[in-house]
Amino acid sequence: MTPLLRETASQTAGPYVHIGLAPKAADFDLFENDFGSVMTTPETQGERIRIEGRVFDGSGTPLRDVLIEIWQANAQGRYAHPADAQSGKAADPAFRGWGRACSDFDTGVWSFDTIKPGPVAGRDGATQAPHLNLWIVARGINLGLNTRMYFDDEGNANAADPVLNLIEWEARRKTLVAQREQRGSAVVYIFDIRLQGEVETVFFDI
Amino acid sequence: MMSPPTTILPAAAADGEYLMRDTTSHPPALSPGYKTSVLRSPRNALVSIPQTLSEVTAPVFSAHELGPLDGDLIRNYAKSGMPIGERTIVHGFVRDQLGRPVRNALVEVWQANASGRYRHKKDQYLGALDPNFGGCGRVLTDEHGHYVFRTIKPGPYPWRNRINDWRPAHIHFAISGSGWVQRLITQMYFEGDPLIATCPIIRTIPDEAQIRALIAQLDMSATVPLDSRAFRFDVVLRGQRATWFENALQGQAR
Repeated sequence: MTPLLRETASQTAGPYVHIGLAPKAADFDLFENDFGSVMTTPETQGERIRIEGRVFDGSGTPLRDVLIEIWQANAQGRYAHPADAQSGKAADPAFRGWGRACSDFDTGVWSFDTIKPGPVAGRDGATQAPHLNLWIVARGINLGLNTRMYFDDEGNANAADPVLNLIEWEARRKTLVAQREQRGSAVVYIFDIRLQGEVETVFFDI
Repeated sequence: MMSPPTTILPAAAADGEYLMRDTTSHPPALSPGYKTSVLRSPRNALVSIPQTLSEVTAPVFSAHELGPLDGDLIRNYAKSGMPIGERTIVHGFVRDQLGRPVRNALVEVWQANASGRYRHKKDQYLGALDPNFGGCGRVLTDEHGHYVFRTIKPGPYPWRNRINDWRPAHIHFAISGSGWVQRLITQMYFEGDPLIATCPIIRTIPDEAQIRALIAQLDMSATVPLDSRAFRFDVVLRGQRATWFENALQGQAR
């Protein structure tokens, strides 16, 4: 067999992940340019939304030391990456589609300020419902967890989504659907993640 | 030291899919010797999904986003002098499983200071903070997939797991490659550290060769005489497949 190198083994992010990935949260200022959870500028196209949630362990306690990254398409459904060659979808120079957030040290709440993505091409001509890709790391998580977040106001698109439909247990699909709520003039999607328990979130091997 | 495959490598298409993750290369989610993993590990199997554009793309970083001292932990937090400890260069190559360089990968690192103390409000260890050491840095790999940063060798420290567990000296790495599936977080250890043998976090990795690959080797060729020792740590990310006869990830089926 043709030899392959083995992927480097993963190790936990540990409790002090903030130092490296979000130093301001660790209470010190070092980089001129921090990577953060506000993903929009005034020029960004699309509907402004906030995504907010907590990550719960198997005892129902929120993690207060979790770090989450999201990767998403722009309002038209195009990724800011050279491999995206979908026709008819313009790049948005004011939107990178990547953000990073830490949970609050007291409440465990994390949030992102972003825009709602458009639908993205799926394999073989299919269409994927609007979604975010999430990567979750923390103390006690040995290999970063991958999941997706979908939108509860996209019922028809979600019902046709090829990835949601790959989840054999229909009841588990709703663990990936965030709930839209209006908070003053702001649109907030609530997305809680459960690492264990009866309504354990679906995590993906990607 | 590992060697890359010697076969002729097909160029990977930008939207080429990545090789399936070999889960035996990694620690299982539930590793009871590392107690915190017990309540933080999913009990259901991961759901395997074919890759789409969402998985083969990833954020692209550029040098102008990084500051000139971001890769120099000896100087990037220095206030009134230099940090105390062993001056150390860490370098290596980031490659994919087929041995191709991963260019422009973001390598982010963080660590304790020479006393084993982190600059973090949640770290209560007795070891002293160093007023001149922050403990974080970041660099991009070059066209050969090479990265280098300079730091102070971190110290070992005790942690709450069993009553007398100690972490070997280590540097945390988070690496972002060209596809979302390549995202990796790990820890680098130092050759010769006797605490490696008993560390419950290292022992979550079931494979001895995979543990050895996390141990950086003293590299006299990169040492700066009368200044800093150097350690070599290579990283392998998921490999991108050849794409001669492929399902379409975007547009119509072929």
